[in-house]
Amino acid sequence: MAILLFAEHDNAALSDQTAKALAAASRIGSDIDVLIVGKNAGSAAEEAASLAGVRSVILAEGNALEHRLAEPTAELILSLSGNYDTIVAPATTTGKNVLPRVAAMLDVMQISEITEAISADTFKRPIYAGNAIEVVQTTDAKKVLTVRTAAFPAAGKSGTAAPIKIVETGTAGAGLSSFVENIFSKSDRPELGSAKIVVSGGRALGSEESFRKVISPVADKLGAAIGASRAAVDAGYAPNDLQVGQTGKVVAPELYIACGISGAIQHLAGMKDAKVIVAINTDEEAPIFQIADYGIVGDLFEILPEMERQL
Amino acid sequence: MKILVPVKRVIDHNVKIRVKTDGSGVDLANVKMSMNPFDEIAVEEAIRLKEAGKADEVVVVSIGPAQAQDVLRTALAMGADRAILITVDGTVEPLTVAKLLKGVAENEQPGLVILGKQAIDDDANQTGQMLAALLGWSQATFASRIDLGADRAKVTREVDGGLQVIDVRLPAIMTADLRLNQPRYASLPNIMKAKKKPLEQKTPQDFGVTVEARLRVLRTEEPAVRQGGIKVANTAELFDKLKNEAGVI
Ligand SMILES: Cc1cc2nc3c(=O)[nH]c(=O)nc-3n(C[C@H](O)[C@H](O)[C@H](O)COP(=O)(O)OP(=O)(O)OC[C@H]3O[C@@H](n4cnc5c(N)ncnc54)[C@H](O)[C@@H]3O)c2cc1C
Ligand SMILES: Nc1ncnc2c1ncn2[C@@H]1O[C@H](COP(=O)(O)O)[C@@H](O)[C@H]1O
Repeated sequence: MAILLFAEHDNAALSDQTAKALAAASRIGSDIDVLIVGKNAGSAAEEAASLAGVRSVILAEGNALEHRLAEPTAELILSLSGNYDTIVAPATTTGKNVLPRVAAMLDVMQISEITEAISADTFKRPIYAGNAIEVVQTTDAKKVLTVRTAAFPAAGKSGTAAPIKIVETGTAGAGLSSFVENIFSKSDRPELGSAKIVVSGGRALGSEESFRKVISPVADKLGAAIGASRAAVDAGYAPNDLQVGQTGKVVAPELYIACGISGAIQHLAGMKDAKVIVAINTDEEAPIFQIADYGIVGDLFEILPEMERQL
Repeated sequence: MKILVPVKRVIDHNVKIRVKTDGSGVDLANVKMSMNPFDEIAVEEAIRLKEAGKADEVVVVSIGPAQAQDVLRTALAMGADRAILITVDGTVEPLTVAKLLKGVAENEQPGLVILGKQAIDDDANQTGQMLAALLGWSQATFASRIDLGADRAKVTREVDGGLQVIDVRLPAIMTADLRLNQPRYASLPNIMKAKKKPLEQKTPQDFGVTVEARLRVLRTEEPAVRQGGIKVANTAELFDKLKNEAGVI
């Protein structure tokens, strides 16, 4: 039977996370329908239709669905679930918010953040902040999965566009909660989740101002995204959406440069799959050096400006 | 209003876990166990709401072995009023936890349930959302700020793009993110007092729930180990390595 992929998008554009989750779904089966839930989301639906491996796109629009609030979105997915034996979403904050609600309504145990699909019912997933990998087989007839997108390459484009079907949306689940506002930090830098290079700062940066003055110029010269440790976010040096780690974003760039970050397991959980790791730290015993390919022992306030000059 | 806070006993977050060599799981023998860090934040939030006069009782509940009493006592020492332990040995999956919590919520009729967003052992991030579904209640996950009113609440959520503010109808399910608050330490007198606070023991049968596993763990593996590399003397050497050895810039 078929797979329903609950897409990540912002109505205007499809997120790269959807193409990655699609790659994961393709390892499970071939009849994949992409569900776009939103409002005025036609362009996101068209983008989804152009991805390789998509059978069709289902477009569900409505006022209550614009921000994909959990209650009406879960009801909508539930109403479509009869045609599918697997329901997949990227493990974004939206996917993580909505899919367990669907799973419980279907009386199914969700399998969170798969990093590998071994067969249609058996998956690998990290536990204990990635310090162990569990191989799990589900006995549920319907499968509900979220995908750790950093573990999959993005699906490519297809030559022919898949058909887009528009579905009627009801009012189930509406009214329980309502959207007030999004407070999003705007940035021209690449998105943290899909950037090739990430420059991350930790507690050592000391203030929001020095975080900006020291990390940003190097990131800009490298065309990199900026990340941060929890300590840096908690202290207000960087916004919450830059947190990398067990409970922040999980990234796997080509190059990750950790500046003044000690390397706590919860931070490593979010970046240890980077291809190359560079660490800059005054403490030569800092745990981050145990996993860094290249380490510089020294003061980041001297080293980063020097890097910027040399780039 | 009554607030219910589910707390899980998990491996302490400072412990480096070991995968058993036979692949049968993670070695938990003689390992320090604590309250899941996100649940401490949830307990703290509930107590602060009570201190602010917005709630009148904080009830904590744990599903787990007899030793889970310890985390309940910790929550009582922080300031929760009473505790419920549903005794189950072995792992309990989030779906079953949610079914048991539904039973507790039906008995207790809280106006608000605050869970942790994620347990740091299974890293599932599901239980709150599942409980909300089973009860048919609104949900506000990954909360970094809660403004509780009489029949609605405004919640700021940590989402991928930044922050999202939503307004939910009560009763509601919320899950705590890291920046919701900084949990307090229990003082010694409060730890002593907590020993006398009520702790009720229940079984899954009391809620008509059978504990069953939907997932079969075939094996538990060690993640790919990453070897430490080399130290470079300066940034010139670093760029040389990144260009010519690693080929990433
Ligand atoms: C439930 C839970 C979830 C968590 N989730 C996350 C998460 O998702 N992401 C995350 O990052 N953390 C997370 N943490 C926190 C984690 O345990 C660490 O506390 C945190 O990562 C530390 O951040 P840090 O490395 O910036 O700070 P510190 O550990 O304080 O390290 C600062 C480092 O900077 C170095 N330094 C100081 N001055 C300089 C200088 N001038 N130049 C160069 N180096 C310098 C120091 O030697 C030190 O190594 C979580 C914790 C818990 C309990
Ligand atoms: N066994 C349990 N007992 C009490 N609460 C639990 C239990 N398991 C999960 N929870 C709650 O659900 C949250 C999310 O857990 P999980 O879905 O397993 O990541 C935790 O932070 C707890 O608040």
